Amino acid sequence: MDIPRNWRLRTQRYALVGEECDHCHSKIFPPRDICPDCGQEAKAHFAFSGKGEVYSFTVVHDPPTGYEDQAPYAIALVKLEEGPIVTAQLTDVDSAQVAIGMPVEMVTRKLRAEGDEGLIHYGYKFRPTLARA
Amino acid sequence: MRPVAVLGIGQTAVGEHWERSLRDLATQAGLAAMRDAGLEHVQAVFVGNMLSGLLTRQENLGALVADWLGQLPAEAFKIEAACASGAAAFRVAHMAVSSGEVDVALAVGVEKMTDTTSGETTAALATASDADYELVHGVTFVGLNALVMRRYLHEFGWKHTDFAPFSINAHANGARNPNARLQEPISERDYTRARMVCDPINLLDASPIGDGAAAAVLVPAERVYDRPRARVLVAGSASATDTLAVHDRKDPLFLSAAYHSARKAYAQAGLEPAQIDFFELHDAFSIMSALSLEACGFAERGQGPRLGLEGRIRLQQALPISTQGGLKARGHPVGATGMYQLVEVVQQLRGEAGPNQLERARVGMAQNIGGSGAMIATHILRVA
Repeated sequence: MDIPRNWRLRTQRYALVGEECDHCHSKIFPPRDICPDCGQEAKAHFAFSGKGEVYSFTVVHDPPTGYEDQAPYAIALVKLEEGPIVTAQLTDVDSAQVAIGMPVEMVTRKLRAEGDEGLIHYGYKFRPTLARA
Repeated sequence: MRPVAVLGIGQTAVGEHWERSLRDLATQAGLAAMRDAGLEHVQAVFVGNMLSGLLTRQENLGALVADWLGQLPAEAFKIEAACASGAAAFRVAHMAVSSGEVDVALAVGVEKMTDTTSGETTAALATASDADYELVHGVTFVGLNALVMRRYLHEFGWKHTDFAPFSINAHANGARNPNARLQEPISERDYTRARMVCDPINLLDASPIGDGAAAAVLVPAERVYDRPRARVLVAGSASATDTLAVHDRKDPLFLSAAYHSARKAYAQAGLEPAQIDFFELHDAFSIMSALSLEACGFAERGQGPRLGLEGRIRLQQALPISTQGGLKARGHPVGATGMYQLVEVVQQLRGEAGPNQLERARVGMAQNIGGSGAMIATHILRVA
């Protein structure tokens, strides 16, 4: 039932593709028809780097239906390098170590599964930025 | 545009009404309001409700409620704006009467939330947020508020306990409201020791859901001038919007829709914040109390908790809030909440607020927040 709905969002979910406004050059995520900054039409695709920092965070202990298997899990508002803020889960991290300002990077992970035989939804989560060798 | 008055009010207690259905609750509150107004018929019924489709598998509430109230063939439909559905229904009733299209309108807010499991109810409540970009990540409604509160504490340097007065005040007032879901006073010690729900929000920062309905009859103001009891006029009625998702806001710590709707309501009423005697605000979470007070001009940016710490929000003080318990203690039957707030404002203005009656209650304000701040309706009522 949800297949087309999730399919439509594949470039946003898998690659953080948003838009850059032709008029004010603001970076927009998710993509929308009207630039929220200048009110003009927006349509040029822009792939975000996936780098950002934790703007705020919490830990969900009482999950909504469909997320019970993952609880408890950390949720954050992540401020992307290019400007926009996104809501996403944090992963590969001890939630006691999370702090506002922590550098994070996007990874693709399982967002939820609809039971043993249903759809598996993938999308972006964020993990602490790995040190480069 | 003609001036509008509130002629009648009604409410059920907020609670777990195992024995009463969605339609029973709406009917009980609606009939109580009509009886209070001394009317047997209304021309239009506007039903504020958020979750009937998801939790009761029932939509088309306008016809259902009009029928159960014995008001067929009155015009009737449902108005949905998440947790602000109640005030949105009142606002539509106000527009209908002020425009001259309708002479007697009934606004009913109703919600039935306790027939389902808590996971189902939590998932349903989360539909107030952005399904594709918030909800899909497993964020809950309390989670969104926790994200806002954590950042607020970080930016403005408050401690969690600085929010205790909001909860203590609401519980103190709710303890004297027979319609409140929670009628137990709490101490600061209770607040600091409450179970953590979604850090930094604990159980005593969060309002309880519940079943309930509240209603009001609106008529042109000229119809109430021959009535003996205090006449209550709608002096300001406005609503405004903000982005659906918290993360899309330029400033996630400012309730822009509260600011805009309050500013319009003040202008309509010809009043300034200092002239508001009391304020029924949307304390679904204690952080929302602070943000509302700031956006409506009662506190500077980042200074909302100060009003609580200085005791100014208590009964008989400078700006009493949540005078019948607020969402925190009266309870938060989401789509009905805005109507409860307005009913409570009318009770205060009429001098019918019982043990919570304010000595100075000539002008009251109510503000109902839908979602995490996406749709906000502000009303100012005053004694004529």
